[in-house]
Amino acid sequence: MAETTLTNPQQPPQLIGGLRGIAADWSSDQRAFKNVSWGKAMMWIFLLSDTFIFSCFLLSYMTARMSTTVPWPNPSKVFALHIGGQDIPLILIAIMTFILISSSGTMAMAVNFGYRRDRTKTAVLMLATAAFGATFVGMQAFEWTKLIMEGVRPWENPWGAAQFGSSFFMITGFHGTHVTIGVIFLIAIARKVWRGDFDVERRGFFTSRKGYYEIVEIMGLYWHFVDLVWVFIFAFFYLW
Amino acid sequence: MTNVAVQIEGQQPALHMHAPDAPASTVTHAKGQQHPIKLYLVVWGWLFVLSTCSYLVDFFGIHGYLRAALILLFMVLKAGLIVAVFMHMAWERLALAYAILLPPVLVLVFVAIMVFESDYTHLLRVIFFAAST
Repeated sequence: MAETTLTNPQQPPQLIGGLRGIAADWSSDQRAFKNVSWGKAMMWIFLLSDTFIFSCFLLSYMTARMSTTVPWPNPSKVFALHIGGQDIPLILIAIMTFILISSSGTMAMAVNFGYRRDRTKTAVLMLATAAFGATFVGMQAFEWTKLIMEGVRPWENPWGAAQFGSSFFMITGFHGTHVTIGVIFLIAIARKVWRGDFDVERRGFFTSRKGYYEIVEIMGLYWHFVDLVWVFIFAFFYLW
Repeated sequence: MTNVAVQIEGQQPALHMHAPDAPASTVTHAKGQQHPIKLYLVVWGWLFVLSTCSYLVDFFGIHGYLRAALILLFMVLKAGLIVAVFMHMAWERLALAYAILLPPVLVLVFVAIMVFESDYTHLLRVIFFAAST
């Protein structure tokens, strides 16, 4: 009973909107987030904390780049690929960006089909998202290998400021770890969707709680966040 | 549970949940977001267009303030679309939206502090270490 109350809260008859609504929600009894389940609220709060982590990485990168007297390597040239007899700037990074955006698109549709209780389409779209994510990590591994072969290390590189390597490995490494965890998370949830756990309300292995299709949306929040972080990395590290 | 399922069928997307005169829309959220698939495809398309634009900024070698402005513009538009539509923040109650979106904005204060700090470090390096490097 308590579980039902927490996961599927019955709404109070009317909620006020606007700024008055914010004051009313935050000063109200028991819960500030009125029509959001605890799972979703906690995912949002986790993502907020993760935002601060990535903000600190990008800030330390900014500080290193602004305070060094040695020229910063030109990312446009560093990340160029030699295709068809000419160097195309940043092409690998551009392809990785499109792949990650596509994975966000399939994820958003998976959430939608989840709420329509169409478990086949949901699972297939989630697996497609996971495949895009795995492709992204693969391309990142290729990029790392290429740079390491060219002599980039956290403490030196052939083109300029030494902090380039440490910033690059720290930021993209942490982002790649997030993508990898996301792929594992996606496969785990897709398996549950495929098996029909959320239709028969099968209890979870660890938690012994019933699952709902909302977990697909919560999973989606995490995945979109990974895409969101890439938007900032792409802008600040690769393009700037 | 059938109760929940019935309510999912009956939900229409409520674009203005925070409007005071929309009591029926307040139950939308916990029962799931229902938006047409077309909305996601349109946003997907826009994200592709914006990413291509930001790539072209580099491809055509635009420099200086224009480059920075364009990069930031496309970045903010992409981030906004992802958060608002894909993550459904546009349909959440303001109490949640402000709680999550306001703190990252305050990071800009930290950015300002570090800009001053790194300018100062740079100055010291130029004055005292420039000869040795």
